[in-house]
Amino acid sequence: MSLDNLLGNWSQYRKAHEDGGFHDYEHRWGMAIDLDICTGCNACSTACYAENNLAVVGKERFEKGQAMHWLRVERYWDQSELDHPEQGASFLPMMCQQCDAATCEPVCPVAATYHTPDGLNAQVYNRCIGSRYCSNNCPFRVRYFNFYSYYESSWPEPLNMQLNPDITVRDKGVMEKCTFCVQRLRSAKDKAKMENRKVEDGDVTTACAQACPTNAIVFGDWQDENSQVAKLWKKHQVTRAVTKQKKDNPEKRGYRIFEELNVDPSTMYLERVREKI
Amino acid sequence: MYNEKDINEQIAWAKINADVLRSMENPRKSYWVAVVMCILMISCAVFAEYIQYTVGMGPSNLNNPHMWDMYIATFVFWIGMSHSGTLLSAILHLIHADWRKPIYRFAEAMTTFSLMTAGLFPIIHLGRVWNMYWVLPYVSDRGHWPNFRSPLVWDAFAISTYLSASMLFLFVGMIPDLAICRDNARGWRKKLYTVLSLGWSGNDRQWRNFRKIYLLMACFLIPLAVSVHSIVSADFAMSIMPGWHVTTFPPYFVAGALYSGCAAIITLFVLLRYFFRFEEYMTLPIMEKTCKLTFAIAMVWSYLNLIEFSSVWYGHDIYNKELLIDKATGAYAWVFWTMLFCGSVLPFTLAFKKMRRHMPTMFVVSLLLNVGMFFERWMIVAPTLSMSHSPHQWDVMWGSIVEWAIVFGSFGWFGLLFLVFVKVFPSVSMYEVKEMVYHRRRHLINEDAATKFHRRSDDGKTTTGEPGLEGA
Repeated sequence: MSLDNLLGNWSQYRKAHEDGGFHDYEHRWGMAIDLDICTGCNACSTACYAENNLAVVGKERFEKGQAMHWLRVERYWDQSELDHPEQGASFLPMMCQQCDAATCEPVCPVAATYHTPDGLNAQVYNRCIGSRYCSNNCPFRVRYFNFYSYYESSWPEPLNMQLNPDITVRDKGVMEKCTFCVQRLRSAKDKAKMENRKVEDGDVTTACAQACPTNAIVFGDWQDENSQVAKLWKKHQVTRAVTKQKKDNPEKRGYRIFEELNVDPSTMYLERVREKI
Repeated sequence: MYNEKDINEQIAWAKINADVLRSMENPRKSYWVAVVMCILMISCAVFAEYIQYTVGMGPSNLNNPHMWDMYIATFVFWIGMSHSGTLLSAILHLIHADWRKPIYRFAEAMTTFSLMTAGLFPIIHLGRVWNMYWVLPYVSDRGHWPNFRSPLVWDAFAISTYLSASMLFLFVGMIPDLAICRDNARGWRKKLYTVLSLGWSGNDRQWRNFRKIYLLMACFLIPLAVSVHSIVSADFAMSIMPGWHVTTFPPYFVAGALYSGCAAIITLFVLLRYFFRFEEYMTLPIMEKTCKLTFAIAMVWSYLNLIEFSSVWYGHDIYNKELLIDKATGAYAWVFWTMLFCGSVLPFTLAFKKMRRHMPTMFVVSLLLNVGMFFERWMIVAPTLSMSHSPHQWDVMWGSIVEWAIVFGSFGWFGLLFLVFVKVFPSVSMYEVKEMVYHRRRHLINEDAATKFHRRSDDGKTTTGEPGLEGA
């Protein structure tokens, strides 16, 4: 092994991520959220609670910061530099961005969080020992830890009947986060397989996207060129595996949050347009 | 003006034995009071941990941005404390600084016990404690391995290696002393020391082997100690968080570790000297040397702090810079400034001879230095979590009584281990003090011989009472 070879391979390895890294994805689930049509109604968050058996922790624990909302609608009020502060808060639905270069993955001591061939950032509840390093290394802070055991307190009889049977109820000491409704993806893939076809756009969507009254959230297979989400990404000149988007038209509103940290998120946001009333 | 001898060369070997063995016997009332206090402190922690174990991590007030807090800060604090023993016994051993001899034993014990304390914290802070062994690469029929990329796994290896190595080092270095204890003990102590001294009879071959293995272990321990704290710093430095992702963290952590360790040595030095009346062994010149060492390390630590602040300031990274400003002016500002005062200003008391030689002052100062170092660890963990990239998740969190009870109890646990140690094992190395005395005496004789040899016949001085080696 020559030195040139070694150095060449090393730089190739180092640049691999910027070139797109691992290419052999089955699907690559992605999302596009239009902040301009988001009304901040929190329907997405509520739908997520219902779909994913999220515990309702109560006012006190919520104030302590121990809430379990996988999808939170962030509100930003005090932006003095805004042109039109009278237009109220800006809303930002924030959930796990399913980063391609997820910072939470390498730090887990037991590899409870890993990357699936679908490009998802999966969390294995059974394997998690609760070291919480993943959350500390997540720039979005979208990982939620079960600080208490919620089964009895959050779903007293007969509320336990409304739990989604497709996924578990997590016990105390386990980290959890948005999965892009992996149980829905799984059944859609199974169904498509039974019918001997590939999953098509529209076969499956996440609970939040389904519940959004203004269709601000679009979900789909980013690899499928005909999918709505891929078209939106393309239209707004947003692409993966870069730390800065190249845009010829500054009017294009698409951006990914914290992409400069090289985490490569799978969710694109469309900037809110502010106009004088 | 002062008697500058590290140790009195005329001290008889039998007296050394007697003094040290006396320290292991007949605990006074104050000893039992201390033991009871330590046990009470531990029970606070056990009770708090019981709550946490049954209810979950919630009662500790940890929340979404603050997933780590005092547990990890205390863990780093105790790991840091453990570095002094290795410094004194291994590094100073290699550079032939023989003044370390009367004080290295308890420093080494401190290393072992603070590691035993530190090791508890990563376990306590786990959400599912009962699965803690999953971090280790044990043979599993499901073929599971830990994630070797995770610094937490490196931690598990580093700490367990360092703990076993430093325990062995402590034990091996104690064998000749255990033999002395064996020869002077009765009852259960006799049995214990007979087993532990491994049939030491002090013959030539044993000493030769002993020296070799001791040197070998000293050489092995130094890179280990440096790497352990570097790996602990990797817990932070390997993340992408502002204030954690810092290149200088490994040396910064090692310097901080040596610093808090040396300060703790001064604390225990004063305590042992006072309670065991070890004035003849733990002498003021040795205290002074320890203080000078601490001062030097304090300056290294301060310098590394300065580097970190200035590189953040001139780096113009918005996240880091805002975090630094927040540290100095935000909710944690009082902790930050106390840390800087205790860590960088207070050590200047060690620069003055009068202060260095005043035991009560040194006791208070060394405790305050460690308060500063505890705050330093807190300032590493908490502000980054309170103010990282996502502004929506900015939050200031103060630990609950449960969290503080466990932190408080850890001091009791350390104290109890140390209290048991000083009564069961010799806290001053008898054979090394004898060596020190012997060498100094030799040196004195040679010096006298030399002066005699060079003296002119007419300078009128006479030598009287030439020190000899009869005591040997």
